Amino acid sequence: MAMTMTQKILAAHAGLDSVVPGQLINARLDMVLGNDITSPVAINEFKKFGFTQVFDKSRVALVMDHFVPNKDIKAAQQTRQCRCFAAEHSIENYFDVGDMGIEHALLPEKGLVGPGDAVIGADSHTCTYGALGAFSTGVGSTDMAAGMATGMAWFKVPSAIKIDLTGRLAPNCSGKDVILHIIGSIGVDGALYKSMEFTGEGMHSLTMDDRLCIANMAIEAGAKNGIFEVDGVTEEYCRTHGTKRFTAYSADPDAVYDSVLEVDLSKIVPTVACPHLPENTRPARELSDVKIDQCVIGSCTNGRLSDMAVAAEILKGKHVAPGVRCIVIPATQDIYLDCIRLGYAEIFVKAGCVLSTPTCGPCLGGYMGVLAENEVAISTTNRNFVGRMGHVTSKVYLASPATAAHSAVKGFICAPDGE
Amino acid sequence: MIAQGTVHKYGDNIDTDVIIPARYLNTADHAELASHCMEDIDKTFVNKVKKGDIMVGGANFGCGSSREHAPIAIKAAGVDLVIAKTFARIFYRNAINIGLAILECEEASEKISAGDEVSVDFDTGVITNLTKNETYKAQPFPPFIQEIITKGGLLKSISKA
Repeated sequence: MAMTMTQKILAAHAGLDSVVPGQLINARLDMVLGNDITSPVAINEFKKFGFTQVFDKSRVALVMDHFVPNKDIKAAQQTRQCRCFAAEHSIENYFDVGDMGIEHALLPEKGLVGPGDAVIGADSHTCTYGALGAFSTGVGSTDMAAGMATGMAWFKVPSAIKIDLTGRLAPNCSGKDVILHIIGSIGVDGALYKSMEFTGEGMHSLTMDDRLCIANMAIEAGAKNGIFEVDGVTEEYCRTHGTKRFTAYSADPDAVYDSVLEVDLSKIVPTVACPHLPENTRPARELSDVKIDQCVIGSCTNGRLSDMAVAAEILKGKHVAPGVRCIVIPATQDIYLDCIRLGYAEIFVKAGCVLSTPTCGPCLGGYMGVLAENEVAISTTNRNFVGRMGHVTSKVYLASPATAAHSAVKGFICAPDGE
Repeated sequence: MIAQGTVHKYGDNIDTDVIIPARYLNTADHAELASHCMEDIDKTFVNKVKKGDIMVGGANFGCGSSREHAPIAIKAAGVDLVIAKTFARIFYRNAINIGLAILECEEASEKISAGDEVSVDFDTGVITNLTKNETYKAQPFPPFIQEIITKGGLLKSISKA
């Protein structure tokens, strides 16, 4: 039976020669992840059901990133609970303030997830690691607790959508424009329960940061996971990040797909998702009547070094428009340090931006940039649901770092140069 | 097993941010989460909902974040069952894992109205709309998932205790 990349990884982790879509399997896990919001629920369940140790202290990662440095007493209590659990169980990959980063930027950077891995995380954007050729998917806290206890998880083997990439992106476009374009084409449930398998000659021109951004938002099309073929870009990334495990799986030539979506990268234009769903996409150039109050550049989607570089290039020697607040959040401590070394930090501060320690804060309306009534934000994050970043009447437009930075300077939504 | 209750009806793409806004995720307390359930799209829900009620949604119910706080908030608010056209996959897993009953049924999702009295037989998957005097047939769970539910949730099914 011919298989897709996802199906091959699942078969290998279930100890089976082959699997078919719809088959229920129990798979071995290479990494189990949780954060300061989802881990406390998992820890409570883990203890309630009498588990006394984790299956492998090197294969559990607890990343404090959503509400740290703690935004209030309750958040502090939750983080303390994670800290105590990590100490009690000698969790090797526990990341707290000062060492942490936004989980989906941090784990690839630390080499903790790699090609061919099967990973679950109690965070929906765990699908990010598909960029490296891993099977990686978001689950809830109970699945995380079961994964920590047994190193196993049950899965229904997904059918697949093949995304065939051709051409090359224009200089003013990036991975964010690609994934917004795809979600706009197939809708927020266009890949429901399925894997999105990215392939085609066009993918080789995409950087790893582009791929991480694209795989990150597979969940916004309802997908179980997004996965890229392993190529030289993957190999180079894994070599420079000391990635611990590396097994490349490629799809069989006769693998079966529910559908094939052809995407010509050269036709992609700077794209924005309008309120209140990521599928409400429009070209950025058509939205110049949208005035903004806030710009957020960061998150597990777009807080990587290349995102910072693009924003810095646009903001260099300029100032954000009067009345606009611009919050820049490098996704990890290493990226933050690089921003200082490369002079981006000075550019951001001189441009009137806030440069924050890594946090998920504003993306989910937690803290560090919550919106007031009727306020409008352009954001490089991943969701623009009702009330996502603050007041129920506030509005969020999702965009690339280039579009967001340009808009911050202008004060209204506009496409980066070249449009 | 039979559930019967009054329906609270919502549309397509009900996301976990409206089921339980992230600003309340600084707690895992079930009652506190329940007190904010659905408040960003329906401020009246928490006052109207009674124990044993049923929630009905459209396509892609529970999309967005993986927060298990969402099915927990719905269940702790008193809802015994959610019926939808389709569920987002993480919400689907989470509901099963914490013991919130869910059923996928396109016809029921379309024909049931807010306030209808509905009865559901989980063994047969038959949904009866007592108000409109109609019946709809839901997809039954695969046996593997039924086993998790009958054992009392995922952790109960794997724990040795």
